[in-house]
Amino acid sequence: MACFIVPATEAIVTTIAAKVLAKKEKNMEIHHEGSSAGIVEKSHFSRKLGWLNNMLWGGSALLALEHVWHGEVVPWFPFLTAASDASSRAEMFHEMATVGVAMAALVTVTWAIMVLVSSRIEKREDTTASVSEAAAETVSTSDNK
Amino acid sequence: MTLLISVFAAVIATVVWYKHAPNDNWKVGTLALMYWGASLMWMCDAIFEYAELKEEFFQPAAADMLNDLFLGLTVVALGLVIWLVVLLVKDPKGVLRGKLLAKKND
Repeated sequence: MACFIVPATEAIVTTIAAKVLAKKEKNMEIHHEGSSAGIVEKSHFSRKLGWLNNMLWGGSALLALEHVWHGEVVPWFPFLTAASDASSRAEMFHEMATVGVAMAALVTVTWAIMVLVSSRIEKREDTTASVSEAAAETVSTSDNK
Repeated sequence: MTLLISVFAAVIATVVWYKHAPNDNWKVGTLALMYWGASLMWMCDAIFEYAELKEEFFQPAAADMLNDLFLGLTVVALGLVIWLVVLLVKDPKGVLRGKLLAKKND
């Protein structure tokens, strides 16, 4: 009926959050100019928030097409056929509260898992890099001796 | 059927993205995420529908399947159009920007 409105609303919020975060990160980058690029790249959470934005906007747009296809969304006011009378309006709100919220939650949980996995990979790569760096340093100091 | 088609589209887009990773000049990653988002949402819809219809969910009428097939293909086409617009707006290769600047300089 109108379940796609819930993830679309979340998409608006996360897009604004990503924009604000990107601005803050840019300011931080200027502040930390001269530090290694890896540190700056790793702190780019706004880039990861972009994944969620793409999933939410893409999913909502494609689901909106499905609703147009089934005649649930129309190009005239009130745009949702279910919003025309009280009983179907209640049904629509119930669907938004159940299916819509579940959709938004599932996409967000999937994104959170993606962020967790990517952070783990980044951490592992950092540890490997620092271990090999330390090993190279040890070799060079023993060579100097 | 729509869910199946969008999952196939998501898998194909992800494989293409992975083949060219870390280079994402074509913004295929965006397309893959869009299809995955839609697939997850339709999966959620399917779970609720299954809870309501039970076994009937797996026995759709031929006419409904055909309608869903057309819808699935239309959804894939819309996803491709959105991706194309994103690609042209972001213009990662600077092709459009170059052409516009060249015209301005003329």
